[in-house]
Amino acid sequence: MVKNQEYLKTKASYCLDLAKKLGATDASVTVGNSISETVSFRNKALDESNRSDSLAISIETYIDKKKSSISSSNLLEENLQTLIKKCFETTKITPEDEFNSLPDKNLLAKNIKNLNLYDESHLENDQKIHYLKELEETASIDKKIINTESGFTENKSNFILANSDGFCDGYKSSSFTASSVTVAKDENSMERDYEFTSRCHLNDIIKAKELGEIAANQTIKKLSPKKIGSDKISIIFDKRISKGFLSSFAGAISSSAIARGTSFLKDKINQQVFSNSINVIDKPDLIKGMGSQSFDSEGVKSETLNLVNDGILKNYLVDTYNGKKLNLKSNGRSGGSTNLYFENGQISYEELLKMHSRCLYVTETIGHGTNLVTGDYSVGATGFLVENGEFKYPVNEITIAGNFNDMFKNIALANDLEFKYSVNAPTMTIDGMTVAGK
Amino acid sequence: MANFFDKSDLTRKDVDEIVSDTLKNCDDGELYFENSKSESILLDDNKIKSSNYSSDLGFGFRAVSNEVVAYSHSNEISKDSLKSSSKNLKSTLKSSKGIYNHEIPKTNNKFYDDINPIEQKTLDSKLEVLNKVNDYLRKKDSKVKQVTASFSGEQKSIEIIRSGGEALTDIRPLIRFNVSVMLEKNGRKETGVYGIGGRQSYDDYLKDDNWKNVCEEALRIASVNLDSKPAPAGEMKVVLGPGWPAILIHEAIGHGLEGDFNRKKTSAFHNLMGQKVASEGVTIVDDGTIDKRRGSLTIDDEGTPTERTVLIENGILKNFMQDRLNARLMNTRSTGSGRRENYKHIVLPRMRNTMMLSGTQTQDEMIKSVDKGIFAVSFGGGQVDITSGKFVFNCTEAYEINNGKIGSPIKGATLIGDGPSILKEVSMVGNDMMMDPGIGTCGKAGQGVPVGVAQPSILINKMTVGGTKL
Repeated sequence: MVKNQEYLKTKASYCLDLAKKLGATDASVTVGNSISETVSFRNKALDESNRSDSLAISIETYIDKKKSSISSSNLLEENLQTLIKKCFETTKITPEDEFNSLPDKNLLAKNIKNLNLYDESHLENDQKIHYLKELEETASIDKKIINTESGFTENKSNFILANSDGFCDGYKSSSFTASSVTVAKDENSMERDYEFTSRCHLNDIIKAKELGEIAANQTIKKLSPKKIGSDKISIIFDKRISKGFLSSFAGAISSSAIARGTSFLKDKINQQVFSNSINVIDKPDLIKGMGSQSFDSEGVKSETLNLVNDGILKNYLVDTYNGKKLNLKSNGRSGGSTNLYFENGQISYEELLKMHSRCLYVTETIGHGTNLVTGDYSVGATGFLVENGEFKYPVNEITIAGNFNDMFKNIALANDLEFKYSVNAPTMTIDGMTVAGK
Repeated sequence: MANFFDKSDLTRKDVDEIVSDTLKNCDDGELYFENSKSESILLDDNKIKSSNYSSDLGFGFRAVSNEVVAYSHSNEISKDSLKSSSKNLKSTLKSSKGIYNHEIPKTNNKFYDDINPIEQKTLDSKLEVLNKVNDYLRKKDSKVKQVTASFSGEQKSIEIIRSGGEALTDIRPLIRFNVSVMLEKNGRKETGVYGIGGRQSYDDYLKDDNWKNVCEEALRIASVNLDSKPAPAGEMKVVLGPGWPAILIHEAIGHGLEGDFNRKKTSAFHNLMGQKVASEGVTIVDDGTIDKRRGSLTIDDEGTPTERTVLIENGILKNFMQDRLNARLMNTRSTGSGRRENYKHIVLPRMRNTMMLSGTQTQDEMIKSVDKGIFAVSFGGGQVDITSGKFVFNCTEAYEINNGKIGSPIKGATLIGDGPSILKEVSMVGNDMMMDPGIGTCGKAGQGVPVGVAQPSILINKMTVGGTKL
């Protein structure tokens, strides 16, 4: 069983009291426990079981505007004493930073809503094995599938965040994750693809048979790919890729990137950054949401933010420290976005496919070719060539490149948004990017 | 030597008994204790932004039966906790009847000293260097708009306890010093990043104001990028500079030569042993035994001494990198490549210092031979799809080559290639092999481990450059 609130609260107040006693003017403590059990299968047989029980504590001590932090997994009092002393001594000799402080008291979360993030259901290993057996049976039906790997993870976590201004709260959360990775082979090629599902509640995950089937189908479709020529053609991004642009966007509007001046979206508030049909929303209080939170990692309440309205940038993601630098109040986004999504577009998925007579449909990208300082984007890609709405053949060993400043203004969205992850986007098309191939 | 359970209710006898009892019907397994102390100090935006100290103590208990691995880890070191892990492993491997391999090879000489780099230098003196870096760069060039500099240091002590009471220990220091600088000119911003590190004390790296060289290099890269033009798009010749660009080798073929992917036959290389996979003259080794390098280990995380493993010799595929599990299942021996990020993770076969050895040609000859192509000097991250063999990496410093001459710098572009065929496209191997500066971290299955790379300049006949200019 994951440690209860009382245990965590006792540890947190012990640390706060000790820090205060040593002479810290302020302090903040996060203490958490996470228990995770994973079972993995390979080619229809048990491959691995893994149980992990992790305790973690992190403490920040302040002496006025000086700050330092420590973290540890060892919660024995003797160790905590040594570490807090070390932290306090380090704080003493760390230079002042005028922006260091605990969050404003009046921004701290009160009346915390129950977002239904914890499901107490527990699957014994045998039940996990049953799910994976079923999954791999369907994943390996087609003879072209030569290897299947799958995993089921159940995670239960609990945490307490406490600071010397009297904030002390936390809550349990759970997640159930299943994944299927399949390898297919034909005379020309060997390809791999995957599907996964992750939800707070056990009943909401994709059924085993369906998950295996999706993974296998996606893999088989990729066999015998061709390389296409270098070209400027319209690109359609599958949902699993389109959401990645939102993650990059969230990185670029984080108050730390803005305050440091290392974002291509600095000074763009109230300016057009997306095409004018685009709305981007960050909603922390989604019931059972994978990115839901009652407060951020500093205890600040978080409310729904309309980040982009009709293509115009309206808000940054602001924490206390960088907020002070930018003269902005924290909006409860220390730790980044929560449930971030594009609002649905006006056209259906099928209509989106037919928008162009010839386009590239991207299902996977590799590489780290995102530069948030300049907005330059260049990654390896695999996908399909689509002509007049029909998938013609798989494509790989190409790259796609552009710059977010232009790309964001050339986005059109389908109306197929689903809430499966913490970042969600409908299928998207972008005009004007460069494909490099043969 | 650190005693991992002297503050608990466990005695060595208890531990040995629990390990032997748990693993008695298994083919393999071990109890792994780890105590790590780490610090990171960051200067950013003209200020010391954070100073963090972390200590972590825990164990990971593994039992292996045939292909099945059961693993349990905890940071609670007590008899109850270890027994509960043991119970968990036994319940997974209910019907195991393996034969435990008791053979423990002798250990290597040590490749680094038993030091704790964190304690060797006062916090004050580290803060002083970071502030000097900031002042130096901002004074040096008025285009400097942002400076980030950091120290990170670590001491990791481990003990591996096998069935029968054999115990192996290692103490591993690791440091890294990093500088990132952002320049702005006429509204255009570019960054340059450079770092150094390895298994030594901070002072070994920072003597003689060596920090200045790191600053200069970061500044030089950023300056070059300020004048960069959009990169070309399409297939062309590529000259890679020596040293760090060897992450191409790491991504393109290194991962594909790790034992697990080949046992599972999901690597594009699994059926190519003994065959020609690279041009003549291409020899690639993975070496864990180089003194004080970032990727070096005296013993791996299963207790096997590391070695210099020849992967490709003069174009022919010779060996895969193996941990104990994959070696046993493939009827070969461990190459001392079993590694894990920490006690929370299972061991996987991983790279250490992956190196392409020198040939005979010069970089000049390579550049002169290219009509139209690019010269890539430094890279950011890379990634590979093991199954299809396709890999990418991102240039952070590159130039166009026109008619045998180096031309303008070009913007960061992704290069994409095919692992199994790329080494056959190597047409010249330089005489200038160089190690990277000690900054690499390799990610696999969610685990990051420190690695090194090295190579001479090489000429690749054909690669796809992912620029925007057609």
